[in-house]
Amino acid sequence: MSDRIIGLIVVVLALAFFAGASQLDEPFFADPLGPKAFPILISTVSAVAGIMLVLRPDAEPAWAGLSTFVRLFIAALILVFYAYTLKPLGFLLPTALAAGALSYQISPRAISAGIIGISLSVVLFIVFKFALGLGLLALPRWLLQ
Amino acid sequence: MDLLTNLALGFSIALTPTTLMLAIIGCILGTMIGALPGLGPSNGVAILIPLSFSLGLDATQALVLMTSVYYGAMYGGRISSILLNIPGDEPAMMTTLDGYPMAKQGRAGDALVLSGVASFVGALLATIGLMLLAPILARVAFLFGPAEYFALYLLAFCTLGGIGSNNQAKAVIAVCLGLGLSMVGVDSSTGLTRFTGGSLHLFDGIDFLVAIVGLFAVSEVFIFIESRGKDSAIGVTLDRITVPIKEIIFTRWAMLRGTAVGFTAGLLPGAGASLGSFLAYMLEKSLAKGKDKQNFGKGDARGIAAPESGNNAAAGGALVPMLTLGVPGSGTTAVLLALLLTLNITPGPLLFTERPDVVWGLIASLLIANLVLLVLNVPLVRVFSRILQVPAAILLPGVTMISFVGIFSLSGSHFDLLLMIAFGVVGYILRKLSIPTVPVILGILLGGHMEVSLRRAMVLSDGDWTYLFASSISIGLWIAAFAGFIAPLFLRHFIRTPFRDRGIG
Repeated sequence: MSDRIIGLIVVVLALAFFAGASQLDEPFFADPLGPKAFPILISTVSAVAGIMLVLRPDAEPAWAGLSTFVRLFIAALILVFYAYTLKPLGFLLPTALAAGALSYQISPRAISAGIIGISLSVVLFIVFKFALGLGLLALPRWLLQ
Repeated sequence: MDLLTNLALGFSIALTPTTLMLAIIGCILGTMIGALPGLGPSNGVAILIPLSFSLGLDATQALVLMTSVYYGAMYGGRISSILLNIPGDEPAMMTTLDGYPMAKQGRAGDALVLSGVASFVGALLATIGLMLLAPILARVAFLFGPAEYFALYLLAFCTLGGIGSNNQAKAVIAVCLGLGLSMVGVDSSTGLTRFTGGSLHLFDGIDFLVAIVGLFAVSEVFIFIESRGKDSAIGVTLDRITVPIKEIIFTRWAMLRGTAVGFTAGLLPGAGASLGSFLAYMLEKSLAKGKDKQNFGKGDARGIAAPESGNNAAAGGALVPMLTLGVPGSGTTAVLLALLLTLNITPGPLLFTERPDVVWGLIASLLIANLVLLVLNVPLVRVFSRILQVPAAILLPGVTMISFVGIFSLSGSHFDLLLMIAFGVVGYILRKLSIPTVPVILGILLGGHMEVSLRRAMVLSDGDWTYLFASSISIGLWIAAFAGFIAPLFLRHFIRTPFRDRGIG
């Protein structure tokens, strides 16, 4: 079933890609092939592969249970949070929080996860800043001024 | 004589203190990365590439550092195969078959030394093979026009897809996903923007380093959280390390055969190290007769020596098409190609004539790296085996943070980080569905080149499609591509390979 769904998604994406490609303007000085042909070729091939997958799917993969999906979703949220805060809040705080939270996702022991988060943050900061010379800010910019 | 002058040039670069140091650091990091379960050459190199840019290394130095990591990871992969029965990376899968049983018999030290020596033999001979073969292939590559290159890219996708996946449709989907993503951005020949959705961030296209780190490293984090370190088996303790001279001599032919098979597998565009070690093991097993055969899987020395020399030789072999043609033979060489392209170096025949310092500096460094790796992996193997005890709850967050900082240091924007997370999620889904991720990377890397060669070919022929099949070289490549894609369908009935699910070579 998963394969059939993915096959359908691939076909839909291929159609969208085809539509996107065929709406491109054709500049009048273009080469014989132009900017449309190769994307159209890709979308055609992938549509065929998608249909093949719908017709002949493999055995169902072992999907994780609901609780694991929740954990994975939380992990993804942690990463997104980290992506948004790394710049404005400086390195140390977001890294400690994100690393600790991820660590908790793998082995749910709050105290050790906290220690791991803080120590990873400090150790990595020292390595990045002083051994590799990256221009990282330790703390939020407004605190350093 | 040419060769000696070139080698002298290479060593004059490789033996400068900075380069030498980078090679040694690379070897150490690589062996560690290889030893860690779940981290292999491709994701290890992927994580470190962004950092190597921020160090401000020049092209040769960056390449030396990364290929040392690559070689080191190939050596280190066997450590967890033997001690934990978990391959540290994909190509080390075959080493678990006889390595772990040997370790269980209390001979972990012997197994590690034997496999270390086999790695050395494979990697050293393959580096020499690279040195001899690459310049010749580079000369042949001058005969390649756009039509031939188009067919060559097709060949790489077909063999990689055909071998790396159980289902050809899934391989095609992976390739098309990569090619489609490579179309995003400004079209180089007309200046038209395509598929950016108006986002300014996407005008330059999708940065392949972002895609690589997302697909290889971030997806690993999700896979790991899902399994919650379930894989961590009870390991074998390593008590003493002896040199099993008798077995090293006994397996000398197995090592040489493994090297030959592995190197050849590495040369094939798209095949890579996993295939090399698999074929080397199978060959050795089929050569054994009668009762002798039953020892395989129970700790036979040949079952350790052959796949280890095979996968390390394939690592060297895979550099040949990457350097001479710009077509990588495996996931890791695809990552190395990304490194070269980002450094503004286009691999190909011209690289050998215009930048001999890069090519020969690299080859000389690899020869030195092999000696360093032999020392690290035989007398010092105990140190690296300690790394296996690092708990996942520290390792995984650490790897994630390093990936983030690496990508962040490239552009300093959160957009690339979000894109990387998106690639991580997609990579996780693809891996769950057994859709290989390496063809996606290869598609993103080569898509632009593939389109340009097709369009150039059409300019030359004024739109005549038969031009693609006009030369004997291109006909040969088309046939090989077709065979490479179709043959695994039939071979699959005869060979059941144990490493189908991940497809990272």
